Amino acid sequence: MPKKGAKKAKEVVDAPTPDHQENNLPDYLELQRTRVVCKPDAPIHTQGFQYSGAFAAMGVDNSVSVEKFCKNFKIEINRLTEDDMEFDMIGIDASIANAFRRILIAEVPTMAIEKIFMVDNTSVIADEVLSHRLGLIPLDADPRLFDYISDNDVPNERNTIVYKLHVSCGKGSPRITVKSGQLEWLPEGSQLSAASPAQTGDQQKTFTSFGQSQKEISEKPLGVKIDDITIARLGPGQSIELEAHAVKGVGKVHAKWSPVATAWYRMLPEVVLIKEIKGDDAVELQKKCPVNVFDIEELGDIKRAVVARPRSCTLCRECVMGPTGEKIDLRRVRDHFIFTIESTGAMPPEVLFTEAVKILEEKCERVISELS
Amino acid sequence: MEHTSVENSSASTFSITEEDHTLANSVRFVLNQDPRVAFCGYSIPHPADNKVNIRVQTTGDPAKDVLKDSLQDLMVMCQNVRERFDTAVADFRRPNTAEAMDIDLSKK
Repeated sequence: MPKKGAKKAKEVVDAPTPDHQENNLPDYLELQRTRVVCKPDAPIHTQGFQYSGAFAAMGVDNSVSVEKFCKNFKIEINRLTEDDMEFDMIGIDASIANAFRRILIAEVPTMAIEKIFMVDNTSVIADEVLSHRLGLIPLDADPRLFDYISDNDVPNERNTIVYKLHVSCGKGSPRITVKSGQLEWLPEGSQLSAASPAQTGDQQKTFTSFGQSQKEISEKPLGVKIDDITIARLGPGQSIELEAHAVKGVGKVHAKWSPVATAWYRMLPEVVLIKEIKGDDAVELQKKCPVNVFDIEELGDIKRAVVARPRSCTLCRECVMGPTGEKIDLRRVRDHFIFTIESTGAMPPEVLFTEAVKILEEKCERVISELS
Repeated sequence: MEHTSVENSSASTFSITEEDHTLANSVRFVLNQDPRVAFCGYSIPHPADNKVNIRVQTTGDPAKDVLKDSLQDLMVMCQNVRERFDTAVADFRRPNTAEAMDIDLSKK
């Protein structure tokens, strides 16, 4: 009997070793390594431990090999619609999550109107303001079908999309509003002649030289994404006639090329009750939280606060200030990101993210080849 | 471009044009995870210049090789992220299999 008991005790001691071998840091260091703790005045442990040999003296390896990363990395999708998505990215460092965010905003290409050929503008809105407004209109064109255009390039069907806007308000009629839907796509290219009629030969020379119709390049018409954006308002007798040339570009040159309205992430909030909060304190705590993180659990006549929706916590720190402050720990999980992408429409959000990851890969490849 | 001393290749500064925090900070993270690296860091000498300097000091290996390995690691990580993301999207789009399981449970 005693022998059996001893054996059992040994098993208990042995069992946790394989798990702890990977990481047997004391609790307070493990907390510092994996969490950012939000104190009433400011967050602490914001830096974390990045150096692989940070715990070498304790015999703990802090390095992350690629294999280890691949094993632990997870993605969970929470919401995915036509133009926005939210997903959880678990087991990745902020520097890489931030690289994806930065690339999404500034380096994933889209098409946007860059050049305006103004034929007539008698509206009250100035040429340059009108042009700027046109530039910001999101276009429903897949940028992967197009090439970048440089200064010396001739605009062709592979690098330019042409739109025409010709609206006028008749004399004596009420004012009209010009909407983005009135931009007409010209798949055959520009209709404006580049030279004066006297110089033209047999074929009229226009501002573009399309070899084929763009209808053959794209399956769907290359229109605008949202057709009820107000561009201008015209009074009686006023008119606008122009041609707009859209080209490929990236968000760091001008925000009109940014494929996302916004892309952001936040670290997963974690609300921990260190001590039980009971009675009136619990009721007060529940009322104090503006996003309803806490619920009241009633056991008999004892009211107890429980953490019900930690995910909705905005870290306003209202709960860690005041009387309950000592009993609550507000933390953020360092390697768990809630990533949100809002697309402007040219590409669906899931495509944007894969494109962003590809761009980071290309950057690495470029530098590797430069070093070799 | 690499700036290094002739007799000691274990410490170098790499000057990379047309890059910014996006790549430099990610690479710095990956370099820090490499046990061969003694020190690493990056700086952008001037906000108007489009370049970053990445400093790598190793425990003996040539800094250039370590940096190259890190970039390679970062690429592998990116590929993994993309794979996981694509499967997650496919799983999300697939008609919910968990619901079918619920029906089975209710039959019991």
